[in-house]
Order: sequence, then C-alpha cells, then structure tokens
Amino acid sequence: MPLLEVENVVKQFDGHRALDGVSLEVPENSIYGLLGPNGAGKTTLIRIINCITAPDSGQVRLNGKQMTPEDVYHIGYLPEERGLYKKMKVGEQALFLAQLKGMSKKDALKSLKYWFERFEIQGWWNKKVEELSKGMAQKVQFITTILHDPKLLIFDEPFSGFDPVNAEQLKCEILELRDKGATIIFSTHNMGTVEDLCENISLVNKSKIVLQGNVAEIRASHTTNTYLVKTNKTLDVNGFELIEEQRKNGIFEYSIKKAEADTNNSLLQRLMQQTEIVSFQEILPSMNDIFIETVTPHS
Amino acid sequence: MSKIGLIIKREYSTRVMKKSFILLTFLTPILFAAMFALIIYLGGIKDDKVKKIVVVDKTQLYKDVLKDNESYIFQFTDASVDELKKQKQKDDGEYTALLYISNDLRIDSTAATIYSNEQINLELKTYVSGLLNNYIEEQKLASYNIPNLKTMVENSKTDIDLKTIKWGEDGEEKEASAELATIIGMVMAFIIYMFILIYGAQVMSGVVQEKSNRIVEVMVSSVKPFELMMGKIIGIAMVGLTQFLLWVVLTVAIMMGVSSIFGNDIDMSSVQKVQEMGQVGTQTMPAEIQGFITALNGVDYVQLIVMFVIYFIGGYLLYASLFAAVGSAVDNETDTNQFSMPLMIPIMFAIYAGIFTAENPDGPLAFWCSIIPFTSPIVMMVRLPFDVPAWEIALSIGILVLSFIGSTWLAGKIYRTGILMYGKKVTWKELWKWLKY
Repeated sequence: MPLLEVENVVKQFDGHRALDGVSLEVPENSIYGLLGPNGAGKTTLIRIINCITAPDSGQVRLNGKQMTPEDVYHIGYLPEERGLYKKMKVGEQALFLAQLKGMSKKDALKSLKYWFERFEIQGWWNKKVEELSKGMAQKVQFITTILHDPKLLIFDEPFSGFDPVNAEQLKCEILELRDKGATIIFSTHNMGTVEDLCENISLVNKSKIVLQGNVAEIRASHTTNTYLVKTNKTLDVNGFELIEEQRKNGIFEYSIKKAEADTNNSLLQRLMQQTEIVSFQEILPSMNDIFIETVTPHS
Repeated sequence: MSKIGLIIKREYSTRVMKKSFILLTFLTPILFAAMFALIIYLGGIKDDKVKKIVVVDKTQLYKDVLKDNESYIFQFTDASVDELKKQKQKDDGEYTALLYISNDLRIDSTAATIYSNEQINLELKTYVSGLLNNYIEEQKLASYNIPNLKTMVENSKTDIDLKTIKWGEDGEEKEASAELATIIGMVMAFIIYMFILIYGAQVMSGVVQEKSNRIVEVMVSSVKPFELMMGKIIGIAMVGLTQFLLWVVLTVAIMMGVSSIFGNDIDMSSVQKVQEMGQVGTQTMPAEIQGFITALNGVDYVQLIVMFVIYFIGGYLLYASLFAAVGSAVDNETDTNQFSMPLMIPIMFAIYAGIFTAENPDGPLAFWCSIIPFTSPIVMMVRLPFDVPAWEIALSIGILVLSFIGSTWLAGKIYRTGILMYGKKVTWKELWKWLKY
C-alpha cells in the first residue's frame, strides 16, 4: 500500500488554477521526485500535503486514511523558502522546533545530541543563527526537519545553499534515511540528483501531471535507440545508422542508432560478427532531456 | 506544552531576555524618578542670593510698605526710569528688577510696574503685590473712619471650600474631585495609548521578520497559522504587561527610596513654602489639597483597575491582530507604512478625543468615542473616573469584545494567506480577495 495517496486534488486561486486534478501515489520506503518548472504548482501541492493549505476538492491520504492535523507530527518538511530565527541560539531553536513537532523535551535533546554529533556541529549549540554561514544554517535546518524521525519527509530544493562536499553528505543522509524506512518526497530542478536518488517521479507542468512513473521505465520509454559501441577494429556501418565515430587510444567509439525492428540482442549479435566488442551500452536520455522535451511546448 | 503555549513562551522569553528590553524596563523608572527628584530638589533649593529691587516711587508713599525679606531688598531712588534702564543695560549685575510706582495705588490700581531684563518670577510678583494689596486694603479701611472696621472685615472674611459629594448607587457618599478624575483618566488613557502603539508595532515587525527570515513556512508545517499569530500576539502582550508591572513596582520602590533619603528636607521646605505663600495671600491652597486627598480616597480603585485591564486587553487585541495582518501582507518593514497608517490614525484620533473628553466627559464626542471600539479603550478610560452609566460601559465593552473577535478572525484569514506570499506588491483589493480564500 502506498504511504501517501493524492487523489484528484484541485486548488483554485483567484484567477488561476494552481492544481488541476493532480493524483499521485508515493510507495512506502522510497524516494519520490516531484519535478516541474517554476510556477507549475509543486509548492502548492507540497503545502496541501503538509496541511498548510486545504485543497478545494480531492483527497490526501496517509497510510490509507484521510489526513488529520495530528499527521503533521509524522511529516518532516524542508521548504524551499526556509530560514530560522536569526536571534535565537541554534540549540534553543532546534529544541523549539522539535517540541512543536510534538517531541518531549527529553527526547528532543537526546535526538539533537545524536544529530549534532553526527554532523560534527556540537560547538554550534550556543551560537546565534545569524553567526552561522548559509551552508551551516542549512545543516541546522536539515537536522530540525528530520529530528522527530518522521515517516514522511518532504524536501523542497534541499541542495540549495550547500557546497558540493556538503551536498554529497546530504545525499548520503537522504539515502540512509530511506534505508532506515523513511519515505521521501523530493522536489528539485537538479535532474542529476533525480537520476541518482529517485525511484519514481511526477512531472508537473501548468498545474497538471504530464509525466509519472518509475524513473528507469520513463527513461527506457523515452529511448532514442542510441548505443555507444566500443570496438578494437573499425566497424562496417550496415543495418544501423551511424551518428558519430571517434578514435581514442586505439579504441574505436561509435555512436549508433538501431533500426526499430532490431532488439538489443539482435543488434549486438550483428556487431559481434564483425569485430571484437569492447563495450556496448544503450544511451538512455537523461532526465534533463526528458524534462525539457516534456515541458517545452511543441509547435 | 501545547503548541500555542510553546510559541507564547518563545515570543516571551526571547523578548524579555533582550538587552534593549532589560535596559528600557530598568532605566525608564530610574529616569522618571531622577527627573522627579531633580524637580523636587531644584524646587526645594532656596535661591540664597539676595536680589536687589530698585524702586522708583513717584508718590513717596510706599517706603515703609516694601519691607525687605531674606530674598529681596528694596532700594529707593530718585533716578528716572530711563536712567536706570540705561544703567541696567550697561551694567547688568547692579540690580535684578525695577519697581516703578507712578501714582497713588488707591486711585489707580494699575500704577505699579516691574521692569527687568529677565522674566519676573512668580515669587517676586506675589510678594510685592501681596505687600501692596495688604497696605492699600488697610488704607482703604482706615479711610472709612469706622473704629474696629479692620477686625470686622477680618471676621467677615470667609473661605468657602465647596465640597463635591457624589452619591453612589447604594447611597454611599464619596468626595469627588474633577481635577483628580481628569488626571487619573488621562494617565490611564495614555498608558493604553502607548501600549497599543508600541506593542502593536512590535507584533507587526515580528510578523514581518518571520516572513523575511523565511521561518514562517517551517513554522506553519507544525502549527496552524492562526496559532502562530495568536501565540505572537499573546506573547507580546505578556511582555508588555511584564514591563508595565515592573515599571509600577520599580517606580514605587525608587520613589520610596528617594523620599526616605531626601524626604525630610524636601518636605520641610515645601511645607514652609506653602506657609509663606499663604501669608501673602493664596490661602485657598491648603483647603484644595485637603479636598484632593479626601477625593483620592473616594476613587473606586477596584472598578478602575478592572476596567483598565479589560480595555487594555480589548484594545490591544483589536489593534494587534490588525497589525499582525498588515505585517503578513508585506515583504519587509519599509512596506508597512501603506497599511499601518490607517491603523495609526484612529489611535491618534482617540488620544485627542480623550483630551477633549476630559473637558466634557458627558458630551456627544465623549459618548460616541467611548462606544466605537477603535477609540473606546482610550476614551472610556478618560470618562470612567467621572462615573459613566453602567449600560454605557456594558455596551462599550460588548462592542469591543465583538470587534476584537471579528478583527482576529479577519486578521487570521489575511495572515494565513499573506505569510506565504512573497515578492508580490499587495494592494487593498488583493487583501480583500485573501479574505475569501
């Protein structure tokens, strides 16, 4: 059973429809990507899932049950527009936010100790937030989001404000959270991380979901039948279309497009008859290409 | 602790721990007390320099009348006023003032004039006119040639102290004083006025800060926007009440401390002063003070304090919620003016209406302004010490309560939309739309 179900959600703002019949299912213990260009309605959808705004119609169910206000205790939300009280001390603030998520002071302190040690930021406890750099503040913010051990985590552009090293650490943390059983909804413009992290995605454009499904399946279905073949002898171009050829250190690299009728195996068989194959790889379109192709209006 | 409790606690503790709060809270009463002490002290100091008053007396009648005392000595001269004026301009320190008597004061009571380069002080004026008055009075009485007339007149002199007694509903009699009522009313009205302005503005800037810090979306994923708003409003109200309470306690404590140190000299000298003044004419003073003190005991403090708290909270809630709504609608503090002006105007109007109400506490302005909720917390406080009919109080409070419920509801609606809106120039039309989301 999916952990989160969004069914036919409609949200109308004055003059425009922010969400128009959006449905999606987030399987438990997976990472789900919510993609879309700016202004597509992602943030509105995320706010509806967080019970910040109510949908005009449609339903949001958590564990098969209509969401109640108490369910926010089981959600950790890192909004895109995020920040902390500048004048408050880091520790005090984290404790305050944890208590607002229903944690007891004792549990919150214990959990904070664990995370501060893990991120090696114990020394920040008594610093004011305004003394932290942006990246440091983002770390604190991330900790406050996951502190209450939520079942469902929603990250909106989590990597903004992180340097590559910290972004990598964050990525590992997110994967580990999933391995520990959390379900993660992940909204980003960075398609590279979508390929790395997400199992399923929904692509929202102009208030509607235009593409939905498993990342691998989506990429496979968008295949352009292009392959990268490396050989140690020249290849006789016959029965497929050559796009590009290149010679590097005695290895021949061919970018080829197979005929519709061919399967991977039949193509490979044909190539094997000609020469020694060093490598054979299907070039799947990147999520980036798919994203651009899907949201760009075709004339 | 409930969520709203946590928010109240955060608002309260971060504000109360601020250096500016601690400084302001502890310095204000000290400053007040210092100012007070300074006034009493300066007032108590006798100017020990003996001042010379040159007298040009054309009539030669008053040489014996103008007696020297410890502050003033009179020097009679035949020089003309013009000469003396020239001399004064050349050499300033020679004499303080010039008294010129041009004619017999029995015939022309305006014949005496005092000239000086400085403002003539009241003490000199009352002293001189007292002496002359007494003398002329005696002369006039003597001119009737009736034996013992002076004693007869003395005996017939009366000082009627018109007591004003208010009948309470239970027939209990209370001494009332219009002056006292005015002072008490204005002080309370002013405190409420200050409070609404200062702490209303704090609510507004608090909301704007949360918005510009981008903390607000993190918060509303845990608490309802309404809880966040109310938590802030209540927390700040408690900060204000704390400050007010500390001010009262500290002021009283400092006053007591000051008067126990300097108290004795000050009291002695001011009592002396009153007595001196009494000798020269203004005999009504002590009676008035007496009336004041009895009236002070006649004030219904319990009613006043209860009403103060009700109007204080009611007025604050009404305005603070609207200030919160304004804060939520803008992106930064510089943009608040457009929307906060319409809130400032009724508050300012209320304090002016309060001043006029003190003059005519039962007039139509007073009545309507103490019923309209935007002015009632201030204006009603001015009227209360003058005894307002119970139905008017009930109506005023009723309307105030309904209005702040209405305003918080309204503000809540604007707030929950406003806090999540960024980078949009908000118009009044837009705000109206938010109400309907």
